[in-house]
Amino acid sequence: MSTTTQSPSTRRDAQGKAPLSDRTRAERRLGWMLAGPAFLVMLLVTMYPIVQALWDSLFSYRLTAPDDRSFVFLQNYWTVLTDPVFLRDLGVTVLITVVTVAVELVLGFALALVMNNVIKSFRGVVRTAILVPYGIITVVSAFAWFYAFDINTGYVNNWFGWLPIIGPDFNWFGQGWSSLIVIMASEIWKTTPFISLLLLAGLAQVPGELNEAAKVDGAGWWQRMYKVTLPSMKAAIMVAVVFRALDAFRIFDNIFIMTNGQYGTETLSLLAYRTSITRLEIGLGSAVSVILFICVLLIAFVAMKVFKVDLAGGKG
Amino acid sequence: MTAKPHRRALRAVAVAAVGAFVMAGCASDDGGPVQLTWYINPDAGGQAELAKQCSDASNGAYNISTSLLPRDAASQREQLARRLAAGDTTMDIMSLDPPFIPELAEPGFLATPPSDLIDRTTSDTLEGAAAGAQWNGEYVTVPFWANTQLLFYRKSVAEAAGLDMSKPVTWDEIMDAAESQDKYLGVQGIQGESMTVWVNGLIESAGGSIVEGDAASVDGLSINLDSEEGKKAAEIVGGIGERGLGGPGISSQDENAAMAQFQGDKGSFMVNWPFIYSATAAAVEEGSVDQSVLDDIGWTTWPEVDKGTESAPPLGGINLGVGADSQHQEEAWDAIECITTPENQAQYMVSNGNPAASSAAYDDPAVREAFPMYQTIRDSLDMAAPRPQTPYYNEVSSGIQETWTPINEVNENTPAESEEFIMSVLNGESLL
Repeated sequence: MSTTTQSPSTRRDAQGKAPLSDRTRAERRLGWMLAGPAFLVMLLVTMYPIVQALWDSLFSYRLTAPDDRSFVFLQNYWTVLTDPVFLRDLGVTVLITVVTVAVELVLGFALALVMNNVIKSFRGVVRTAILVPYGIITVVSAFAWFYAFDINTGYVNNWFGWLPIIGPDFNWFGQGWSSLIVIMASEIWKTTPFISLLLLAGLAQVPGELNEAAKVDGAGWWQRMYKVTLPSMKAAIMVAVVFRALDAFRIFDNIFIMTNGQYGTETLSLLAYRTSITRLEIGLGSAVSVILFICVLLIAFVAMKVFKVDLAGGKG
Repeated sequence: MTAKPHRRALRAVAVAAVGAFVMAGCASDDGGPVQLTWYINPDAGGQAELAKQCSDASNGAYNISTSLLPRDAASQREQLARRLAAGDTTMDIMSLDPPFIPELAEPGFLATPPSDLIDRTTSDTLEGAAAGAQWNGEYVTVPFWANTQLLFYRKSVAEAAGLDMSKPVTWDEIMDAAESQDKYLGVQGIQGESMTVWVNGLIESAGGSIVEGDAASVDGLSINLDSEEGKKAAEIVGGIGERGLGGPGISSQDENAAMAQFQGDKGSFMVNWPFIYSATAAAVEEGSVDQSVLDDIGWTTWPEVDKGTESAPPLGGINLGVGADSQHQEEAWDAIECITTPENQAQYMVSNGNPAASSAAYDDPAVREAFPMYQTIRDSLDMAAPRPQTPYYNEVSSGIQETWTPINEVNENTPAESEEFIMSVLNGESLL
């Protein structure tokens, strides 16, 4: 049906050459009118701190030494970008982002399949059960994971003592790699439901008739998954990945509670926090924040341009 | 029709709210009591009680309300520094942790206390506590309570190891004793403020000082970790780490975790704040710790680094300061004088477990009953040395925490690396 209503001009528009049709233009106008006020408010609320941070990042400015404030132009950025601490934190942040998003995607997809296929009478219960971790406040979940793994109060060492390395004397938060495992596990546990929810929406959009046709043609489960289901929900998968990657890149609460960045578990958000809030170095801290902001913009940009994620969805 | 009464009610509420706000702001101008705000660190309710007592005793001159600061000292500093830097006029009385006082005093965020008030409130202040309340040799705050670390030990372990605890012992002796008895030593190996407390205590006890020179400016101060005293400190910290004397959880062990280990079967010696005694007593009452453990606990002053040289135990506590932008400084100082009387300090010590800064408070029979180790605390407070007093304390402390943990990696190169790292952070060349 939809193809018959498409006008020739919009077809040319898809190639990026011809002018917009009246209908598209009207739709766009409506879109602006609906989203405009919210966009304006968002701009007002976010622009001020962003501009302020950009401005502050050009100064050597310590909150407790207001008289020593001096303009240093890009010196703070140079200090940050050439510092091994920054590079280490960037590495940790990227590692956490890549590992958690990849694992969450696989787990989330499996859970979405379960939610999609479970028989109707159990559907509500299963969905609620899967979504519970997502409903828990991050700080609360961070404390729960911390106490579970803590060498003094934790039960994990007791329960999993039969595994190699793990034993009553194993201190999970005593070194970087094991701390990161706990941090990432808690992050995955907490946000997989979010991904599975987005994927479930994508799964619901896969046309049933396509799957049925493939089945009739003799395609197996894997073939249908690869050839029909996954291609049809590419937009949903990419939206889920981008949202989660942007989220994971800004990880703060879990690390703040569990290790406070000790033994090389610090991420960029924590570095920004420690520099501007704890050290009260407003200039240097703002520079870290601006760099973090640029990193997030880059991820969004790469996702949009390179992977061609269409956040407006549905139209592609 | 239905909307009107609703709107009228809303308007009435708004008018009442604005009226109340305006009246509250004017209260002190019409001769009522001045409203003072006291920013307090969390405790067992003792400061709120003192606020009430002193408000009542002021005969309507002022009324103190308390405002709670975050739980840990570093977050308290963050909030206070931000409020003071923003010119908050409600900073009438503040409970301040001594290491952060220079940072707030140097830019003029703290009001100068009247000299006659200092004479009256500090005449019998214990030496360590007095040092912690000053900046550049002048009192900028009034000592309220003072904390110090003691060496707690299990009498049975010390006896089995043949250690005579009636005389001061050294770090080497307790390390050997714990090792010979196959027990763990209670120290704080977590990457946190307690690490600085420990390292500073070791260096001060060895006769050194972490910060030297003109501590007020980055150009004037020098970090003195790469010294004989620093190396000795690294030898002790690294030795405990390397020999595994701190137990398996040492890298994340704070004061409470050390206490839990000390109460267990592997407990031997522990440096910690006196609160652990009342906490253990409470645990006995609750039934989670056996009475025999409490009876087995002995205490003495902090271990010596060099045999025969008196140690310089860590100092903590809270001093009271007044914000430079406070609108009611005169009343605030009056209130502070009331809060810090030796009687009130004794009351606070008994009810909240925080040792008094005033020597006279220890003569109170109630204090002596609640703290059997009162004499050791008093002696320790006289010997105690404050942590580095500089506006850049946070950088110095974080730098030490970063480089002296995990303790099993501390070696003879650590002091030099630590010194270099802190200096480059102070010069704005490195991130922390």
